[in-house]
Amino acid sequence: MIAELGHFSLILALCLAFILGVVPVIGSLRAIPGWIMLARPAAFGQVFFVALAYGCLTYTFISHDFSVAYVAQNSNTELPLLYRISGVWAAHEGSLLLWALILSCWTGLVARFSQTIPEPVIARVLGVMGLISIGFLLFLLLTSNPFERLIPAPAEGRDLNPLLQDPGLAIHPPMLYMGYVGFSVAFAFAIAALLEGRLDSAWARWSRPWTNIAWMFLTLGIALGSWWAYYELGWGGWWFWDPVENASFMPWLIGTALIHSLAATEKRGAFKTWTVLLAIFAFSLSLLGTFLVRSGVLTSVHAFATDPARGLFILVFLAIVIGGSLFLYALRAPHVRSTATFELISRESALLINNVLLVVTAATILLGTLYPLVIDALGLGKLSVGPPYFNALFIPLMAPLAVIVGLGMLLRWKKDDLSAIAARIRWLALISVAVGCLLPLLMPFYSWAAALGLTLALWTLAITGLAFFDRLGRKQPVWTRLLKLPGAFYGMTVAHLGIAVFIVGITLTSVYSVERDVRMTPGDKLDMAGYIFEFHGVSQTRGPNYDASQGHVTVSYQDRPVAELRPQKRIYRVRKMPMTEAAIEAGLFRDLFVAIGEPLGDSGAWSLRIYYKAFIRWIWLGAIFMALGGLLAAFDRRYQTLSNKQALTDV
Amino acid sequence: MFKYSVPLVIFIVLAIFLALGLTLNPREIPSPLIDKPAPTFSLPRLQNPEQSLSPSDLKGQVWLLNVWASWCVSCRAEHPVLNRLAQQKLAVIIGLNYKDESDSAKNWLSHWGNPYDASVVDAEGRAGIDWGVYGVPETFVMDKQGRVRYKHTGPITDDDSVEIFIPLIQKLQQE
Amino acid sequence: MRPIKKQRLLLIALMLAGIGGAAAFALKSFNENLMYFFSTTDVVSGKAPGDALIRIGGMVVNGSVERPGDSLLVRFKLTDFNRDVPVEYTGILPDLFREGQGIIAKGRLNGQGTFIAEEVLAKHDENYMPPEVAATLKPDTQNNAQ
Repeated sequence: MIAELGHFSLILALCLAFILGVVPVIGSLRAIPGWIMLARPAAFGQVFFVALAYGCLTYTFISHDFSVAYVAQNSNTELPLLYRISGVWAAHEGSLLLWALILSCWTGLVARFSQTIPEPVIARVLGVMGLISIGFLLFLLLTSNPFERLIPAPAEGRDLNPLLQDPGLAIHPPMLYMGYVGFSVAFAFAIAALLEGRLDSAWARWSRPWTNIAWMFLTLGIALGSWWAYYELGWGGWWFWDPVENASFMPWLIGTALIHSLAATEKRGAFKTWTVLLAIFAFSLSLLGTFLVRSGVLTSVHAFATDPARGLFILVFLAIVIGGSLFLYALRAPHVRSTATFELISRESALLINNVLLVVTAATILLGTLYPLVIDALGLGKLSVGPPYFNALFIPLMAPLAVIVGLGMLLRWKKDDLSAIAARIRWLALISVAVGCLLPLLMPFYSWAAALGLTLALWTLAITGLAFFDRLGRKQPVWTRLLKLPGAFYGMTVAHLGIAVFIVGITLTSVYSVERDVRMTPGDKLDMAGYIFEFHGVSQTRGPNYDASQGHVTVSYQDRPVAELRPQKRIYRVRKMPMTEAAIEAGLFRDLFVAIGEPLGDSGAWSLRIYYKAFIRWIWLGAIFMALGGLLAAFDRRYQTLSNKQALTDV
Repeated sequence: MFKYSVPLVIFIVLAIFLALGLTLNPREIPSPLIDKPAPTFSLPRLQNPEQSLSPSDLKGQVWLLNVWASWCVSCRAEHPVLNRLAQQKLAVIIGLNYKDESDSAKNWLSHWGNPYDASVVDAEGRAGIDWGVYGVPETFVMDKQGRVRYKHTGPITDDDSVEIFIPLIQKLQQE
Repeated sequence: MRPIKKQRLLLIALMLAGIGGAAAFALKSFNENLMYFFSTTDVVSGKAPGDALIRIGGMVVNGSVERPGDSLLVRFKLTDFNRDVPVEYTGILPDLFREGQGIIAKGRLNGQGTFIAEEVLAKHDENYMPPEVAATLKPDTQNNAQ
């Protein structure tokens, strides 16, 4: 019964999405107040029914209702409760339902927190989101119904994919989807503005906080995914340039460009059409990411079961959404007059360079990701683009960005004086270079790559600090001044500090990590970066739904015990699937990573993978800083109090 | 004017390649076993676990091996087709009950009908590895000499049954 | 307006130079990092380049996996059911590596026709076969089905 209730509420949600996508939009174009007023109730109704459907699916998981095919395929009576809840989004059908739920939640939130925006505008925005929702709900109901019955019900389910039985991955997809789908808000505001044919700075101001929040979630989602890949895939890497990873990273890059470009559009009326285009791109790439992951056109380590029929549906949907919005853009953008002027030395220029670098980076990643597909489609053979390509491009494109980050904060809008700026920052620049070049001397060996990375990080840190104290001023007591600074400024500062932390992380990890695959018999010791790893053998153990071989490794440093690590090789009982669980001793400056491979011979010897990972936590720490920055910026008081007044003066 | 259409044009080109990419998707997974002797196994029968069955018992007959499981949704779609095929009694149909619980499997057969002359239990999926089973359902057709002559991946539809299976079985019966 | 226009021109010129440089650089490293995919038959018949980094795919031949000596060296054969290629790999194999499984190996051919793998990939899904491997096997079945 519960499953049928869920199915039925999905159908009702689709009906509401139709109403939301059609009536208020026509109402706003023809100025029919009654039709416009329908937008909010329809949005709230949609949230209710999608949430109800989602609740029903969760209930069938918790109550082990294996008569629902999706539950039977992804759950098991031995599965712990946490994974029965997260199991809902473990496979295709449920993760699409989660997507639809998040989309309707964003729609509901926009409906709720938009009292200051004129009714016709919000009717169009909600309408555009309703149209996207129609696509996803149709997709669910036509090709991927999670409520399909399996009769007679099997006595036992097939269990959740062991890879997904992990707390990190349990929250990774919701975060990522919050980000992906969150870009639909900026997209909807942009499309609404295009529909109206009025591209002023108002839409930019309205969509800024939403975009910041979406960007924050996407940042956290990608970081979580990277962290999960690090400890769960058992390879110890944190980024593989895998197509699925690229699919989430491209919208992030464009989203980053978008939040900067929105600032210029809102404050100065600059880059109006460009910002609209970025909003379209950010969401389009999110949809493209879904297409790439769900259709199976690209090979990936993240092997989801795939289905070409679903791929076709998504492709048609992509063609309508992206093609339609780019067509609208081609029609309307030529009529936009840019009135904003700025000079070469100005904050606008710095933001423009930032945008160009980010977009070019995203384009090169898109090229590397899709090129194998294009070659295959042309029948020219099968190939893949290796990670060295991405690394070779990413670093030279991102290094200038790191140089520009701080400068943009110091420069004034419209026009500034380069020589005055240069005079202020030359000492900071010199100190950054000097300290950056000296710091690697403290490490086991000297590396110019590390010196470059540290210099960039210090430079970012120094300039961000300078900009912060500049803005703080000197007139009042410190705490009053601190309180007076807008949230957006704090957000920017914290996010830019995050970049510095992130740069330190990736540079030092790639230079100073040590990785060894070794054969060890019990009693063997291995010295790695001063840490002594001693192997004590492997014993058998048993988890709730798996059996495992568990290794025992103790680590000491200068004769002091540091850690006791118990890496496992699990065999999940239902799927008979082997899984490596690495054991990690985490630290701010280094991680110690041990995974066991397989038994070698009869002497109790095993193959072991032992890694010393320098500063790897800084990568995710940097991402957390960036996400926190996005959050602070989104809750700037200005968006809550001034938007109404300014919206009126703009009209 | 033209420059604002550039993104649209780029997207259209991209969409064409994505569409081509979709058609390239390998739907049929080939089998290494074609024209080779059927991999052997000796597995307990589902309905009668004391008795085992092995491919050598079927020498001299044309037979089908259908890999199925009660947890498999596509098997349910395929099941009526198999039932109809079984009614024609053209060939022996053996079920390979793959990574399943025997109780759910029996339950499933009593509910949906049993097209199989016999089903064997491969709870661990070991025979499945020898046969190169990648997904469920899959169906193999063996000739009288016990060689694999055809492998079908995914559920058999009525069209498949009429256009592929029945002609093939008739041909093999005459060999 | 004059100086502003001039500055704008300068900005655009700078930008174009930057993008052009990036594009040239991209294409260069692109060409250096393309890894072609070959079937084992291609490798045996000499279609694969001798020195370049390539990927090969196929099924692990039953009974071919051996670990000589005490090191982490593994030898096995890959096949597309037409020709076999011997592969050597030193390190820890992925969880789902087993005989009869479709895998992809990345590495180079040595002079003796042995493939020295730097990386071995097996997928985490039992219903999954790398599409490239499936494609190399495909023509074979079509012939046989007729």
